[in-house]
Amino acid sequence: MAKPRLAVYKFASCDGCQLSLLDCEDELLAVAGQVEIANFAEASRAVSDGPYDLTLVEGSITTAHDAERIKEVRRQSRFLVTIGACATAGGIQALRNFQDVAEFARIVYARPDYIQTLATSTAIADHVPVDFELRGCPINKVQLLEVVASFLHGKRPVTPAHAVCVECKLRGVPCVIVARRVPCLGPVTHAGCGALCPAFNRGCYGCFGPTQAPNTEALAAHLLVMGMERDGVMRVFRSFNAAAPAFAKESRNHE
Amino acid sequence: MSSRTIQVNYLTRVEGEGSLHLRINGDKVEEARLKIFEPPRFFEAFLRGRDFREAPDITQRICGICPVAYLMSACHAMESICGVTVDGKLRELRRLLYCGEWIESHALHAFMLHTPDFLGYEDAVQMARDHPDLFRSALRLKKLGNTIMALLGGREIHPINIRVGGFYRVPSRRDLLALRDELHWARDFMPKVIDVMRGFPYPEFEQDYEFVCLSHPDEYPLNEGRLVSNKGIDVPISEYDRVLEEHQVEHSTSLHTRVAGRAAAHMGPLARYALNYELLHPAAKEAARRAGLGPVCVNPFQSILVRMVEIAYAIEEALRLIEVYEAPDSPAVAVEPRAGTGYGATEAPRGICYQRYTIDDAGLITDCKIVAPTSVNQAVIESDLLAFASTRTDLPDGRLQWQCEQAIRNYDPCISCSCHFLKLTVDRV
Repeated sequence: MAKPRLAVYKFASCDGCQLSLLDCEDELLAVAGQVEIANFAEASRAVSDGPYDLTLVEGSITTAHDAERIKEVRRQSRFLVTIGACATAGGIQALRNFQDVAEFARIVYARPDYIQTLATSTAIADHVPVDFELRGCPINKVQLLEVVASFLHGKRPVTPAHAVCVECKLRGVPCVIVARRVPCLGPVTHAGCGALCPAFNRGCYGCFGPTQAPNTEALAAHLLVMGMERDGVMRVFRSFNAAAPAFAKESRNHE
Repeated sequence: MSSRTIQVNYLTRVEGEGSLHLRINGDKVEEARLKIFEPPRFFEAFLRGRDFREAPDITQRICGICPVAYLMSACHAMESICGVTVDGKLRELRRLLYCGEWIESHALHAFMLHTPDFLGYEDAVQMARDHPDLFRSALRLKKLGNTIMALLGGREIHPINIRVGGFYRVPSRRDLLALRDELHWARDFMPKVIDVMRGFPYPEFEQDYEFVCLSHPDEYPLNEGRLVSNKGIDVPISEYDRVLEEHQVEHSTSLHTRVAGRAAAHMGPLARYALNYELLHPAAKEAARRAGLGPVCVNPFQSILVRMVEIAYAIEEALRLIEVYEAPDSPAVAVEPRAGTGYGATEAPRGICYQRYTIDDAGLITDCKIVAPTSVNQAVIESDLLAFASTRTDLPDGRLQWQCEQAIRNYDPCISCSCHFLKLTVDRV
């Protein structure tokens, strides 16, 4: 039987999430043995046409050309999985969604007229149907392996949707809000990192995006009580998942 | 004699999106363009209005391959504005973190992206079928770099444990000593891999470059130094904007750079090696001798050998730093904002990552400039392509294309970084 065909595509991003695949040093050859790496430009000059059985998409849509390209990627893909905060929520570059992109281009480029870009940075799911979204900035490589293995075996990946708070409890990390009075987005942030920041004595900064039904309003109120200024509260919700609806709404409350 | 175009629409085994366009008329290469079409992400615009303490976390999102370079340059710039010096054990931990990034990034590029060109494979996985032991050891070396970064940074991609002023939590001496055995293995592995690589077929191609890098009186440059070149630059990094000029070209979303009044600058391993050879540890000099290198290397195809020398250096430096480490009393120096402009420049694996910030009294960023090494190297990559392809116009398109791709990979280009856009075409008229 032919091996399943894997493709990896990049849109606006830092490359970190697809690098996570190459960072699976202990598992890389095993994965390569199970699939045909049909299209993975960062790793191979052997690029073959679709269709593909599993396509991993990194990055957000920021140009008219990419908005068309993702449709063709979708047509060529049996399963399409987005990897990381850019593909899943627009990424840090979605900060443009809250301001004027023409002004942004003028700040960075002497000849903004050479630059073709959309006014917004948007998630892949805003453009085409997505079969599964993997969170994180960057993604957790153990979760990436879970996703690849699951699609190869026809099962749904198991990536818990609870908050980072639960991961702190599981890891035995004392609450940084309670014990250290450090502002933390753990109560409203999707699990996946294993409570990394709190384990290093810092507050979660939300790089896995909002969890299901996050009570951002209550957390924001508490951050204000802790002494954070309003614009500080706006900024903590406006970073790597700024355009995720729950975080976008909360940040607008503090403009 | 006919004209032809060689066009590679999507360069592979490089980080990010770019293309190559060559226009050849008979036996003359008329144009060589490295196009960067990576969509712009506007970091320098959206950093305005952010708190100065957010810069390390935000700027590292420019690049998943060399996040340490971005966050460290940001930290140094902010600390210089606020009048804070991070020294002693905290400075040494930063240096150790950077050793981790050099080992990981150099190993990734050399073994997984560049070696397949020399051995005639499309990719490292194909290569691994014929050279399984080499490949497994290469992955082990890469993993060592990642382990160092994860230990100090919390994770290898976009580490979370580094802040303006130091760290959030520092490791114990025991944590670091756990790295020693693997570093000793790596030290033993390097001569073996250098013996393999010195036998690679290197095209005869030497160029007269202006090498630009950092230089520090006491150490091979990672985090700090003056901006120097082999053609007379020797200034503090605050003079970067005066000696290296950025300009925009139509075919790239990445701004180009030239040395003021002159031509292209060449950054990265060849530059650091040529200008800092005497500061290498004896083991790294021995690695260079074993690789057949003199104290200066001007063949960009041999940059892979210089990367091995720098890995050997990073291994020795990591071992040295670990041996003398004692956990500092505090994980960070307190930093209070004050209005001003500051500069940070550190040596990413592929060259200098330069950043300039202005902040106000409240600590909010009012202006910034970030220059990725790949955006600087675009011009020298294009001049290499022109010179290299000109001697090889008799090759069939397929061969010529592959060799030109290899010439681009010599620079380990990190196109996502050049945050301001790459695509190959060969045009034979």
